[in-house]
Amino acid sequence: MDDIAIELRGIDKSFGPVHANKNINLKVRKGTIHGIIGENGAGKSTLMSILYGFYQADSGEILVDGKAVAIRDPNAAIAAGIGMVHQHFMLVENFTVLENIMLGAEDSQILNKGIAKARVELKRLEREYALEVDPDAVIEELPVGLQQRVEILKALYRRADILILDEPTGVLTPAEADHLFRVLEQLKSQGKTVILITHKLREIMAITDEVSVMRRGEMVATRTTAETSVEELAELMVGRRVLLRVEKGEAKPGDVKLAVEELTVKDGRGVTMVDNVSFNLRAGEIVGIAGVAGNGQSELLEAISGIRRAVSGSVLLNGKPIEVTGHADPSELRDRGLAHVPEDRHHVGLVLKFEECENAILGYHHDKRYLNGVFLNIDAIRKDAEQRIAEYDIRPPNPRLKTANFSGGNQQKIVLAREMERGPDVLIIGQPTRGVDVGAIEFIHKRIIEMRDQGMAVLLVSVELDEIRALSDRILVMFAGRVVGERNPDATEGELGLLMAGVEGRKEAAE
Amino acid sequence: MDFFHVIVVLLESTIRVSVPLIFAALAGLFTERAGVFDIGLEGKMLGAAFAAGAVAAVTQSVWMGLLAAILISIALSLVHGYASITQRGNQIVSGVAINFIVAGSTVILGEAWFRQGGRTPALGEGARFQVVNLPFADSIREIPILGPIYSDLLSGHFLLTYIAFAMVPVSWWILYRTRFGLRLRAVGENPGAVDTAGISVIWLRYRAVICCGILCGFAGAYLSLAMTAGFVKGMTAGKGYIALAALIFAKWRPKNIMLACLLFGFLDALAIRLQGNPLPLIGQVPVQLMQALPYILTVILLAGFIGKAIPPKAGGVPYVKER
Ligand SMILES: Nc1ncnc2c1ncn2[C@@H]1O[C@H](COP(=O)(O)OP(=O)(O)OP(=O)(O)O)[C@@H](O)[C@H]1O
Ligand SMILES: [Mg+2]
Repeated sequence: MDDIAIELRGIDKSFGPVHANKNINLKVRKGTIHGIIGENGAGKSTLMSILYGFYQADSGEILVDGKAVAIRDPNAAIAAGIGMVHQHFMLVENFTVLENIMLGAEDSQILNKGIAKARVELKRLEREYALEVDPDAVIEELPVGLQQRVEILKALYRRADILILDEPTGVLTPAEADHLFRVLEQLKSQGKTVILITHKLREIMAITDEVSVMRRGEMVATRTTAETSVEELAELMVGRRVLLRVEKGEAKPGDVKLAVEELTVKDGRGVTMVDNVSFNLRAGEIVGIAGVAGNGQSELLEAISGIRRAVSGSVLLNGKPIEVTGHADPSELRDRGLAHVPEDRHHVGLVLKFEECENAILGYHHDKRYLNGVFLNIDAIRKDAEQRIAEYDIRPPNPRLKTANFSGGNQQKIVLAREMERGPDVLIIGQPTRGVDVGAIEFIHKRIIEMRDQGMAVLLVSVELDEIRALSDRILVMFAGRVVGERNPDATEGELGLLMAGVEGRKEAAE
Repeated sequence: MDFFHVIVVLLESTIRVSVPLIFAALAGLFTERAGVFDIGLEGKMLGAAFAAGAVAAVTQSVWMGLLAAILISIALSLVHGYASITQRGNQIVSGVAINFIVAGSTVILGEAWFRQGGRTPALGEGARFQVVNLPFADSIREIPILGPIYSDLLSGHFLLTYIAFAMVPVSWWILYRTRFGLRLRAVGENPGAVDTAGISVIWLRYRAVICCGILCGFAGAYLSLAMTAGFVKGMTAGKGYIALAALIFAKWRPKNIMLACLLFGFLDALAIRLQGNPLPLIGQVPVQLMQALPYILTVILLAGFIGKAIPPKAGGVPYVKER
């Protein structure tokens, strides 16, 4: 018998009307990597936050190394050897790396002594786990991948024996994710226990020893990874069979709907992010833009949708120019048939403090349907929202709930529903399934293909290569702001990977 | 009077009027850096000034007066803390409420206890602060330039004045060199980070609020025990708000706070000096304009000259874990 590092017994937790965890039992064996999967809003983060003492369970027991411990606050969890990397990082953004790592573990009242010690210890950890990061860098200036390193170092600095990672790979490039997994393997070989939450079943299969599945607040199954399959896990998660790759017929491209011509965009610091990019998008086709995050895809989307001003170039929407270098007005573009699902739904797509039904009409609020003279017609708005909720299976089905209280996947569905349902000519989507579970991914993918079949032109940007390959009719690869190649969807992953890394592209451009 | 002498006198009164601003702005620094906005500096200062005046008059002890000032100010801070930290109320509303309550109740209590139209009785020698003369101040006054600077400008202030200026580096040291300071600044930026690091957000914020109370107590005591000999109703006259402006103007940094307070103090001293004296070229300047200058300056400078003043990110927002 192996030792049990963590045992949860009968954990129950409600947030007001939302029953997030229902009588959960879980055993995690020492020295293993234990995966936890489940749909958006299944209660994974909540359960782990209870284990970490961030939330208090309404009832239930936590055993660490076989002994019942009362984890009343994160302090108690840290004392019990538990560390957690949260889904939304818990870092002080204007502090340095070192300050963030020390916070709460400073050793003495006066900082100076602690700082020297922390520096030495940090260096040791960095070397041991190959997690280099400049201790004097300010967090807000670091890319997310490095910020996550800081979070991991924070836990290791506190000598965590049990490390919880809540969706760590959602923000990482494939190479960074590989590196993270090597670190996790190393931790495991040192006898530490890792709990990994992720939506990516491939990662579960690749790295975990056991996997537990949650659905709607309940723990529905625990499997030994070697004895299960992606299909079984997906089915357990959603409660029905899921198509991991949706069916899609031949595209029947029609007229050019969007013509991008020599577009160049710079970011706030004056660095060229999009460099002389040209392409056409036709009715009834999906063009995917692949690339490692940060190679200009975001800026390209922003320029086309009128959020960011371009330096030069032109864009034609239905044959008529968009003032991309001047004052393009997103709301006017919307009226002209261009809908945009932004990459960052929290900051650009939604007002989290609004009710669901209010977000469901954001930007379309001057539509006559929703107006009563100068006033909003609340009844019409709610009825419309209810219908949309039913169609898109948004949970919980309550148009009056604050948007912040929906899980990530459901928030994404709210935005998609809003932008797709008016049948725009051109749909621009950034990262449609970031942080979204398999069930919802299937739904969203099907929907996008349906829209294409109805003659919509879809421009899709995603850092998930699988998604690009599953949906696109044509794939453009971006690297360092340029389109370095165009491929068919049957191009191999390796081929696309090389293009994305800028290797093949240079040759091609030179020819 | 030669020009040099005018300058020395002007700077001397600049220091005098800057002291309560420095105390109050540093007080605000502690709470706001911890994420609790405090528009109630004015009220706390006024309450402290009243307590100091009243207790000093009754006990004839300046120290009892100072102690009373600090205690009252801490009590008011805790009220603000209870409303905004524990009850997660609106911090602006709570601060404004404190200002109003204090403005009214000091007058009522003052009238009820002393019957002098809201004043407290004039304080005798032992019941108020005396100026401190630095060593050799008299003997070196005659040395040109340095003499007057030392003897008139630096020497001959109240003990509290020296404490105020000493508090600037002390506050800096607390905020940037101690564990408490690190945590306090962190909780004003991201309370979630503090919480998950195993530190109590609530207790930390309460401690910040108490620091604010202590410093506001000094500010109030200075007004009624040093600057004047007794409490006069409404004697803070908006100093709490000016301190708040100085705090923003200084981008929440101790050294800048001192400079901002000195600048605003200088404008104040200048306004008093110019009262009734026409300026060359410009002529008579209405005193109201001079008094409004700190605010006008804050708005203009913040609007573009000193760059963006970024407040602590979690400022004004109660920490709520479960929505
Ligand atoms: N702090 C909170 N206050 C109120 N409700 C919450 C809070 N945190 C989570 N919830 C609700 O509890 C449910 C479970 O949320 P949780 O974040 O645990 O899901 P999850 O499985 O981590 O989902 P995701 O994959 O999207 O991260 C959701 O309905 C969510 O809206
Ligand atoms: Mg989660």
